[in-house]
Amino acid sequence: MLTGFIALYIFMLAAFTGYEIIGRVPSILHTPLMSGSNFVHGIVVVGALFALLNATSVTEQVIGFAGVLLGAGNAAGGYVVTERMLQMFKSSDKK
Amino acid sequence: MNPTLIIDASFLAAAFLFIYGLKRMSSPVTAASGIRVAGLGMLIAVVASFLYVFSVNEAAKPHLMVNAGLGAVALIIGLGWAWTSGKKVEMTAMPQMVALYNGMGGGAAAAIGAVELFRTSAEHALVPLVVTIVGSLIGAISLSGSLIAWAKLDGRVNGVWRFSGLQVMNGTFFFATLALGLYIALVAHGHAPIWMTAAFFILALVFGVLMTMPIGGADMPVVISLYNAFTGLAVGFEGFVLQNPALMIAGMVVGSAGTLLTLLMAKAMNRSVANVIFSNFGASGGEEQG
Repeated sequence: MLTGFIALYIFMLAAFTGYEIIGRVPSILHTPLMSGSNFVHGIVVVGALFALLNATSVTEQVIGFAGVLLGAGNAAGGYVVTERMLQMFKSSDKK
Repeated sequence: MNPTLIIDASFLAAAFLFIYGLKRMSSPVTAASGIRVAGLGMLIAVVASFLYVFSVNEAAKPHLMVNAGLGAVALIIGLGWAWTSGKKVEMTAMPQMVALYNGMGGGAAAAIGAVELFRTSAEHALVPLVVTIVGSLIGAISLSGSLIAWAKLDGRVNGVWRFSGLQVMNGTFFFATLALGLYIALVAHGHAPIWMTAAFFILALVFGVLMTMPIGGADMPVVISLYNAFTGLAVGFEGFVLQNPALMIAGMVVGSAGTLLTLLMAKAMNRSVANVIFSNFGASGGEEQG
């Protein structure tokens, strides 16, 4: 079980990691990085799927279904949009 | 092999690939490959999570076939719709699409919280309950706030709300929502009547609208980045509730990276975040703060 201090350690280390990754990033990458991190929290689809698989009533099934739908949209949309944005960097580098 | 072990190993790999992918995305030279690395992590995590059908709760086993079917259908619809809409959209319309997808993520986090809160039969421990409430609140605000940001950038909603007393009204609204949430957690111990839980979510959604309406279109990228960080935090918190380290790590990395990114974006525009969010709250005219 990830209770108490173990959870706090995970949160603390993850927060530092995020801070260090973004530090000193050029401003041209602000929007693609916003989009990229938007894709990364699309992992919420997995959590919604777990919640749905554990559903025992119609209410839980409906909310869980909506959660998976929204989470899948977040992940897929975030990926496509970020890839299209970053593709522009690739082509301009090669020229 | 034990399915739980495969799921855990896949989530570990996904967490690594997310962080490594984000790191690559933070430099112009490697940025284009970064999203593929992160995408691989997502693919591994989603495929592996279907193995969870072997280890669901005892109470959910009779519903497993229906639930798994619903999950597959929701996944296909959400993926198909977002994939095609993301491919079609004009390059200039990218920011509002990021807002839209981000709002969906916030909604998914709020939905996880809602499933937990509507499961009134279950016993809830105090700390996870408070975390569920906070995560749901942030996720719901991110959902409706991002939708307003999308609608404004897409030209579907015009104008900004500015009238005296707006700041007081929004503040009152926020604390009323928070108080209701804390009542559900601390007094009702998660066994609140359904209407009360529903009211909590509706109030949180309305607050997201109220918070975003006074902000003008030029400031929207900063606001979208802020909601991106909000969704990350909400995902991290709900990950704690679900005891899922992949959600906790990905959510908190985005939460802190998104917060820093919001500060950097505001700085690049020569504004402070507080200025963007609050400057128009209740200002009846004039720029008294400069």
